[in-house]
Parts: sequence; structure tokens; C-alpha cells
Amino acid sequence: MKKLFRYFKGYGVQSVIAPILKLCEVALELAVPFIVSYMIDNGIDKADRSLVIRCFFILIAFAAVGFGFALAAQFFAAKAATGFAAQLRRALYSHIESLSYSDLDKLGVSSLITNMTSDAVRIQNGVNLTLRLLLRSPFVVAGAVVACFVISAKPAFRFALAVPVLLLFVYLLMLFGMKLYSRVQEKLSFTVRLAKENLDGVRVIRAFGSEETEKVKFREQNGALYKDQIRSGRLSALLNPVTLVIVNIAVAALMYSGAIKVNAGELTRGEVVAMYNLTAMVLTELIKLADLTINITKALSSAKRISAVFSVTPSIKYGETELDLSSDCAVKLENASLSYGGTPALSDIGLSLEKGKTLGLIGGTGSGKSSVIALIARFYDADGGTVSLFGHDIKEYPEKQLRKTVGAVPQKAVLFAGTLRENLTYGIDAPDDGAICKALDAACALDFVSEKGGLDIKVEQNGRNFSGGQRQRLCVARALLRDPKILILDDSSSALDYATDAKMREAVSGYSKDMTVIIAAQRVSSVRGADLIAVIDDGKIIAKGTHEELLGSCETYQKIYETQTGGGDGDE
Amino acid sequence: MNKKLFSKILSRIKKQIPVFAVIMVLSAAYAGLSLCVPLLFGDAVDLLVGKDGVDFAALTVILVKAAVFSVSAAAVQYIMTVLSNRAAYKTVSELREETFEKIHRLPMSYLDKHPAGDIISRFTNDAETFSDGLLLGFTQLFSGISLIIGTLVFMLVIKPSVTAVVVLLTPLSLFTARLIASRTFGLFSKQTADTAAETSFVTETVGEQKTVRALGAERDFDAGFDKYNAALQKSSFKATFFSSLTNPSTRLINAIVYGAVALTGALSVIAGGGMTVGALASFLAYANKYTKPFNEISGVIAELQSAFACAERIFAFLEEKDEDDGGKNDGLVSSNDVTINNMSFSYSPDKPLIENMDFSAPEGKHTAIVGPTGCGKTTFINLLMRYYDVTGGSISVGGVDVRDMSRRGLRKRYGMVLQDTWLRYGTVADNIALSKPGASRAEIEEAARSAHAHGFITRLPKGYDTVIGEDGGGLSAGQKQLLCIARVMLCKPAMLILDEATSSVDTMTEKKIQQAFDTLTEGKTAFIVAHRLSTVLNADEILVMRAGSIVERGTHTGLISKKGFYYELYQSQFKKGKQI
Repeated sequence: MKKLFRYFKGYGVQSVIAPILKLCEVALELAVPFIVSYMIDNGIDKADRSLVIRCFFILIAFAAVGFGFALAAQFFAAKAATGFAAQLRRALYSHIESLSYSDLDKLGVSSLITNMTSDAVRIQNGVNLTLRLLLRSPFVVAGAVVACFVISAKPAFRFALAVPVLLLFVYLLMLFGMKLYSRVQEKLSFTVRLAKENLDGVRVIRAFGSEETEKVKFREQNGALYKDQIRSGRLSALLNPVTLVIVNIAVAALMYSGAIKVNAGELTRGEVVAMYNLTAMVLTELIKLADLTINITKALSSAKRISAVFSVTPSIKYGETELDLSSDCAVKLENASLSYGGTPALSDIGLSLEKGKTLGLIGGTGSGKSSVIALIARFYDADGGTVSLFGHDIKEYPEKQLRKTVGAVPQKAVLFAGTLRENLTYGIDAPDDGAICKALDAACALDFVSEKGGLDIKVEQNGRNFSGGQRQRLCVARALLRDPKILILDDSSSALDYATDAKMREAVSGYSKDMTVIIAAQRVSSVRGADLIAVIDDGKIIAKGTHEELLGSCETYQKIYETQTGGGDGDE
Repeated sequence: MNKKLFSKILSRIKKQIPVFAVIMVLSAAYAGLSLCVPLLFGDAVDLLVGKDGVDFAALTVILVKAAVFSVSAAAVQYIMTVLSNRAAYKTVSELREETFEKIHRLPMSYLDKHPAGDIISRFTNDAETFSDGLLLGFTQLFSGISLIIGTLVFMLVIKPSVTAVVVLLTPLSLFTARLIASRTFGLFSKQTADTAAETSFVTETVGEQKTVRALGAERDFDAGFDKYNAALQKSSFKATFFSSLTNPSTRLINAIVYGAVALTGALSVIAGGGMTVGALASFLAYANKYTKPFNEISGVIAELQSAFACAERIFAFLEEKDEDDGGKNDGLVSSNDVTINNMSFSYSPDKPLIENMDFSAPEGKHTAIVGPTGCGKTTFINLLMRYYDVTGGSISVGGVDVRDMSRRGLRKRYGMVLQDTWLRYGTVADNIALSKPGASRAEIEEAARSAHAHGFITRLPKGYDTVIGEDGGGLSAGQKQLLCIARVMLCKPAMLILDEATSSVDTMTEKKIQQAFDTLTEGKTAFIVAHRLSTVLNADEILVMRAGSIVERGTHTGLISKKGFYYELYQSQFKKGKQI
């Protein structure tokens, strides 16, 4: 967690100045009881009116100067905290961008989003409060206790005893409170989840008539939440009253002990009043400190989570130097295997594809088509065996060259909020409109794009103002625009009707002469024109060949073909 | 705030009114007890006259009294806090329950139109803010007022002239608090908006990080991120800084009041106006306490305002018109014949969708509905299940108009599998058993087997007891569909609706499931919606829909030989697919 301190860089001065200014403010505040005490002993007892008035002006002047210090302290604390949080978010964002697919899988994107947002906010609050208050309150408490000792050691000692007792009490309250508090949070998230599920699945729940069961379930969860809330409420309600009792009893003890000293002529009345006032300050600060500790604890747990993300080093390393791509063997997999977090996905994959040829990958749901593609695009590293492109091990490619060489269109067609032009040209130098239109045309997207208003139309978040089929075609155009040596289409036409699918494939294969194309699909019609088709089943290649060869030799392929042509009794 | 909202809030917290009364009494008691303590300490100070002049017996009595008062004040405060917590939690808990139950009483049209996130936020944030602001707010408000009044009374008793100084300075405190609150409100809104903008950017780009990486588009998104991040840093700084002015300003005002009390008090002691040094000490302690409730109260007023805003949102939701229960008939009909008679339907009156549809499906008939996107297939299912009611004509099952049947009774007769799979957080077995609570493990396994899901389920880490995350995380789209199919296989309904039920399942598995469906639906009324025409070949009747009306109907062979719209659809799926 210490590593997070580096994001204070550039705000070092502010984060040091803020507490120092606070310290000055506290010092002035602590002087107040002494001034009052002086006023009582020398002003009142000697009936010196002008001294009383002078003391009043000193009090006001101290308050005004203290206010100035506080203002500056808050300013620098806010600067440092928000600056720190911004740098932290920036660094975290960059770090996320350096993680590999398997790292992302392990960490989970939704948890990364939480890290970027609510965790960062909590840390910012924590830093801000720490700079402002965490340093203030202990100063006040310590300063007040020291001041009491300066006045008179024995009564001060009585009072000082109360401080550890109070701290222990606050600590215990926090300890149990935090536990209860996180239980409440957990239960609350259960009820929210249940409500969200019921909203998302309302059709299904109503279809099965299980509304009552859901209500009962909710009542149980909600009841449990209520109970825990009451429990945590009961505990936190102790804070103020107990602090009040401890401090007041300490004050009584101080008074009594002070009285003995006064009786012995060792202490003046004004000094006792000063000590009494100092204790009041301590009480206020301790209560603030307790509130603060809750926020700090939250910030610390957020900081721990973020540090855990930073401590993940990207599991993929890329090459340094650009490689020569003149070899004719575009893709070669030898004995390659892959597993996701221990679950095997591919084994013993061997494939070889020449430049400019088309490879079809076919297989059922979950057979491993996308995993083969993940290896060729180096989204994941093979556990065993080798993957090479144009005669070089894929691990030797620099990231930039690899992404330029392999243009993959993933199964899920993703567009981002922005303009259409931005979406098409992410990661490349802006090409001219002619080139963009050519790519859109090849992806059968030009028609609807010009219908919608051209390249500068807005794309909403997740591209929701485009239909699934339109998104898929735009993603294909986006890949074509990078002019990749190897184009990969992973089920990228599943939302297209057969005719558009066919038209697009034809246009894509004529787009660039030497482009090697890999198509993964469930439909035979999508791959039947390929130079080589690999049939994948349960993570293995069970047959390779052309459409005709496979129809003759591979039983699985035949079956797939039959089911898709209406059991063979269709139109043939 | 309008009167109506106020009376609604009042009726909602009616049960808590006795608790409120108790809290009010307690807070007055607390103010009295706790304010006595500085007074007693003041008396104690007066006893400290000087060397050899301290009356220890009297001092002990005073100090013991102070301790007793402190303990009693603390006890009263504890009881008060626990009571008001309980009232607040109870109210919010009831509100949550009511909101949740409301979900299932609302018509589908409301739920289709309102995003889930919006309803959830009423359910959580609004309910919480309402109860916190209202109940805790009231408690704070009341104890704050009691403290102010109490302090004033005690001060008046000690010395009216010095009290006048304090009262005269009061507006200063109120004014400062108001000034800061009004400034920071706008700044906080700006911060919230900037946070939302950055969150939405992060949600999108981190959520789709894999695509970002595949495109090598990190640099492009970095620029976007920096823009949002800088904006947030700026607005967040302003909001943080200005809001953090509250405490120092309060302390400044406090110090001024304190100084004024010290000055006037000291002068008054010197003048010998009957004020003692002890009284001055008590006065100073009161001056410290006096300004604090003012700040609390101005905070409470802001809280109350947002509580009322939230209350309005919650009530608006709770007062939405409920769906009626439907008819009395609980689904007891003599047959499963479905008859649609001159039916019309539209989601909004100005856009007619289905008009004058006639159709009948005697028990045992399998009807397929095909057509391009937006032709009304899904609407048809909405009407069969009575998610929506027809706007003209009728639908009847077994001769009974569905509007005379309870919705629940009607729906119990159908088993439905939708294209959009819905799985919940829970085990695989629980998810399947949703259609039949209390089903035995053997039944569940059998259902999974007939849905061809048993194989992949047993390969999951804990088989049927594997917990699947929200939204079926970890399972492929096809596997999710298989689990939804298993639900129907388990409850064995009298009639079946399949809406693209196998769209994400590979064609070979689909073929096998088809057989299972055939067994399940044998002799039963079934409706099948599909865009893969291969799955509807064996239907008794195919309805070809286009823009809300049935344009063709008949069997597959009949429709093919007719060479109409169906023929075209069919050709585009098979013939052209092979022309490469």
C-alpha cells in the first residue's frame, strides 16, 4: 500500500503545508483558555477593565488568524487530496490498459470499474480528512493534555487518564462497529440484487407465477437486514453518551484535585477554569476523531484493493523490435494448448495457413473456436506448443505491430460513445473519407451509414443506437480499415441474414489481395468457401479439409451440415 | 412543500408518532440534564476561593451531582438514539418491502418503459435518504431546538445582559451556515455530474477493455480519460474546499461569541453585578455549546429538503396504478383450445400494431410464428401471456375469455422460454427449480437431461450446486438457454411458448432439443417463434407475420408451393447461403 504514496508527487508541498497550517491553528486555539485564565486571575481579581478589553481583542485576533490558517490548510488539503486522487485514477487507468486478457479475467472488469470510481472517491475523502482532521484532532488532544500539565501536573494527570480510556472505548466501538457495518452493507446489497433480479426477470417470474415465493424471499432478506441495522445502530448509539460520561467524570476528578491545589495555594481559580475549558475541547475533538476513523477505515480498505490491482504485473510481455513479414506462412500453430484459470479449453492444436488464404473454423457452442482465435491474436498465451505468424514466434512481436498485423473482429460487436468516425479510426492515423467508405462498403455498411447521416453521426454508449447486425458490420469495417495482414472474423455475422452475410464475405475477401482471412462460425454457409476448414469439437481439431473433402470424410461436419439444411429435406 | 405530500408522509409515519412523542420528551429531558452539568461545574469553580478557603464537603456534593446528571443525561441520550434509529430503520424497511412488492403489482407496460436502475435507486437511495432525513432529521432538529432553548434559559437565569450579547450574535452563525450551504450546493451538483461522466466513460472503456486492447486504441481513450479526469479534479477540488469551510467558519463565529461572553462577563463580574467567576465559567461552556446546534439545524434543514424530494419520488412510484388481478377464474378451463377473435392491439393509440386478427389453435396444435424483426411476434406472446391486454376483440383459452381469468391462473397453464435468458444469482439447481419450487434433485436432473444441459452441468466445478453469478456469469449464451429450457422441462406445462428459445444453441444440440420439445409438446398446444426456419418446419400451422398482421398461413409445404413471402424468407436462409 505504501506504493500509493508516489501519487502524491507534485502535491508534496501542499500535503506537508496543510498539516503544518493546521498545527498553527490548533496552537492558537489552545492559547484561548490561557488567555481567559489570565483574564480571570489578573483582570477580574484585580478589577482591571482595560486588561479585560485587551484580552478580548487578543481572543478575537487569535480567532481571526486561526481562521486564516484553517482556510489555507483546507485549501492545500483539498488541492493535495483531489490531485492525488486524479493521479491515482490516471495511473490505475494506464495500468488497466497494460493488463492482459487473462489478468482482466482474474481481476474482473466490474471490480476494476469499482476500483476506478467508488474506491478512488473514498481514498480521496480519506486523504482529505487525514490532512485536515486526523492531524488536527490528535494535536488538539495532545496539546490540551500537555497544556493541562503545564498548569498543574496532578489534576492534569487525573484527566489524562481519561484519554486512553476514551481511545480504547472508541477503538473497541470501531472494531465491532466495522464488522456490523460491513454485514449491513452486505445484506443491503443482497436486497438490491434481489430487486434487480426481479426487475430483469419479471416476465419469467410472472410466467411461472412465483411472485409470492419472491416476496417471501425478499421479506426474509429485508428482515435480516433490519435486524443487523438495529444491532449496529445500538452499538453506534453508545458513542456520544459514553464519551460524555467519561469526560464529565474526568472533569469532576480534575476539579476535585484542582480544589486541593487551590486550597494549598498552589493553583489559581483561573487556572482551574482554563483546565476545565481545555477538557471541553478534548471532548469535541475525540468525537470528531471517532467519526473520522470510520471514513479512514473505509479509505484504507479501498486503498488495499487498489494496491492489489497495482501489484498485478501484466502477464504478457511483448517483443521490442519490428519483425519482417515477408514469409509466406501467415499462421502456424504447433501442438498448441490453452486453459482459462485451470479449465482446459484447447489441446494439441496444429494448423498452418499460407498468406492470402482463407481458413474456416467450425464447431458447436463452446467447442473452442474463439480460443483458437484468441491464440492467433495473442489475447491469451498458449500454455504449451507454439504460435507463430509469418515465421516468427508470436511472443516476439511488439504489441503495436501485432495489433496492426492481426485485425480481429470479436464475437461481441462493441462500439463506444463518440462519433462513428472516431469509432472506426481508434488506434490508427485518421485515414481519408475515401478509405473509410471503401471499408464500410466492403462490410456492407455504407448504405445504412449514409442513410443515418454519414461518418460524423453520434454513436451512443455501447452503440445502442445501432442494431446488432449494424454493429457487427461496423466492427468488420473497423478491422478492414487497419488493413491487417490477417483478418479474423469470430462469428461476426451471426446477426446478419444469410444473403448479407454472403455478400459481406465476398466483398471482404476481395478487399485486399494478400489478406489472410480466418472465419469462425456455426453456419456451414459461412465457411464452405474457405480454402481450409478446421472442425473443432471439445477443444480439439477433429478434421481438416475443404468443404467437399469434409462432407465426404467427417461425420460431425456432415451432421452439422444436415441440421442446417433442414435435415436434408429442404430445397436441395 | 405542498400539503398533500405532507399528509402522505404523515400517514406513512403514523405508527411512529408515539415514538416521536417519547423522543421529544426525552430530548427535552436530555437538554435539561446535560445543561445542568456546566452549571454545577460553575458552582464548583465558585467554591475555589483561594488558599485554605475551599469547602470540600460542598464541593464533593456538587461533583457527585454532576456525575449523576452526566450519567442520567447519557442514559436518556442513548435511549433516545436507539428509539429514533429503530423508528428510522423500521420505516425504511417497510418502504423497501412495499417498493419491492409494488414491482409485481405493476403492469408490464410500466416496467418496460422504466429502466431498472431508476426503480432500484428509489428502492435504495431514496428510501434511505427519506428515513434518515425525516426521522433522524426530526430527532436532531428537536434535540437541537431543545438545547438552544435550554441554553438560553440557563444563560438568562445566570445573567440576562450577557445572554443578550449571545442572542445578538446568533444571526451571524445562521448567516454564515446559509452562505456556505448555498454556495456548496451548486458545486456539489457539478462534482456529481462530473463523477457521473467519468464513471460512465470508465464503465464503458474498462468494461470493454478487451476490445480497446484488440484495437490498440489505448492512446485514443487516454485522451478522453484525461479530459474527464481533469474536469472531475477541478470540480471536486472546489466542492471539497468550499464545503470544508464550514468547520473553520463555525469555529470563528464560536470564538467571536466566546470572546464577547468573556468580555461582557468579565466586565460584569468586575462591576459586581451579581455574577461570579464560576458563573462566567459556566457561561463560557454554554457559549461553546450554543452555536453548535445552529449548525446542526441548518444541516438538518438541507437533509429534510432532500428527504421530501425523495419521498415524492417514492410515493410517485408506489402510487402508480396497479395492474388489476384479472378475472376470477383461476385457470380452471376444460381444454387448451386457444381462440383469437377479431383481436386488435397497440402500445400507443396513435400507432396501431395488430388489427383484427382471427386465429384458433385447438388443443394439441403446434403453431409457428415467423416474420422479420418488428413484425409483432413478441407482441403476440405478450398478449397470450397477458403481459399486455388486447385493446379490441378477445383471446380465449378453453372458451373462457382470458380477461375473465386471473393472470396467475392463465400463466400457470403456459410454459415459456424466451430468447433473452434470465438467470439469477444462485445454484444451477435453484435456477432450474424456479418453475417448480420444492422439486426434488432427481426431477431437476431429469429435466436437465431432457434439455441436454446435464452434460455441461456435471462438468461445472460443483455440478448442480455450482453457484452462478448474477446474470449467469461464466456460462455461454447457449448454456444459459439450455438452463431456461430445463425449467420448462421441469414444470411440464399444459401449453408451451417458445420465443427463439434455441437461438444461441449450436445446430446439433438444437436438433436434439427439438426432439425433447416434440416429446414435451406432444398433444399440447404450443406456440413457436423462430427466425431459423428449420425449427418450424414441422408445425401444424405457420403464421407469417409482417407489420402486425398475418400475411400468410398454412403448413410449410403449402406455403412453399404458394411462392409468397414465406417462400422468400425461406429462400434467403437456405438457397442464397449456398451460392458461394
